[in-house]
Amino acid sequence: MNFFGLFKRSDPLPATAPVARERLQVLLAHERGSPRNSSKMTALKEDIIDAIARHMLVKPEAVKVKIDRRAEVSILRIAVDIPA
Amino acid sequence: MAKVLVVTSGKGGVGKTTSTAALGAALALNGQKVVVVDFDVGLRNLDLVMGAERRVVYDLINVAQGNAKLSQALIRDKRLENLALLPASQTRDKDALSEKGLARIIKELRTLFDWVICDSPAGIERGAMMAMRHADAAIIITNPEVSSVRDSDRIIGLLDAKTEKAAKGERVEKHLLITRYDQARAMRGEMLKKDDVLDILSVPLLGIIPESEQVLRASNLGQPVTIANPLSAPARAYNDAARRLMGDNLAINVPLERFNLLGRIFGGRAA
Repeated sequence: MNFFGLFKRSDPLPATAPVARERLQVLLAHERGSPRNSSKMTALKEDIIDAIARHMLVKPEAVKVKIDRRAEVSILRIAVDIPA
Repeated sequence: MAKVLVVTSGKGGVGKTTSTAALGAALALNGQKVVVVDFDVGLRNLDLVMGAERRVVYDLINVAQGNAKLSQALIRDKRLENLALLPASQTRDKDALSEKGLARIIKELRTLFDWVICDSPAGIERGAMMAMRHADAAIIITNPEVSSVRDSDRIIGLLDAKTEKAAKGERVEKHLLITRYDQARAMRGEMLKKDDVLDILSVPLLGIIPESEQVLRASNLGQPVTIANPLSAPARAYNDAARRLMGDNLAINVPLERFNLLGRIFGGRAA
């Protein structure tokens, strides 16, 4: 054991405020997400339907678009029921 | 033209009632006619913080239901003649306050005062919605702490959705008041900084109230801190915030306690 270590001030605690800031930013982006982005989602869905409609015949209700927001990544899921 | 303010936060215990009392008294000290209204039906405390708990006869609900006149329920402050309190009911159910009755009271208060300050209960239930309903402007009280910031964000969303102004397609003017701020801890990275909170909530800052023993001391005495100790750091911060509400353009800083050496030595009350 280092004798002089006894007199040394222990290391200051690591700063936790940046962690708080980041956690809040991620969380609030998620919580604010759904209502504020609903018009964006509608527009995205319409564009997808248009793109598919150029190649095959689909009903608008056959296209399902969903965004899964997670802390690390968000997943865009597109499901299209194609008539047999 | 009277202005209706709601003091709100979502989270409890962050300083809504303390801030309502302190800002109300500060506006009154600046010559404004002010009424502070307690919306916390069943858990009223603004009367206690204002030192008027033994003078309550009629309350908000008695007036809303037509069982008392507004003039009978209003309690004039003993220290400042242009400051009044409208207490909440302690015994009634929170659903006893009707939309119609409240609308009538707010309309009447607008004719009598320059500022109508509504002290919201915590939470996002009916009481909190009633407190914000008629607001022209909101003061969002936030502690530099994660749960308080999150709840403030929620309340900001509700101010844009559930108020009369929102129903008319207008916006409630919003002001952020950060309370219990410890500059030294924020500098050491132990506490969210003012700019962190501002970045996250994106609401213009009305003021920063430093953490101070003077706040508890004032509430022990039943005095708004701006009356109990006007020279203390929190009182100066509240007074500056009140003047900003009145339209003064003051630079925002965190007032520091003035160290009163003689006062400490002789045991006098330090300013």
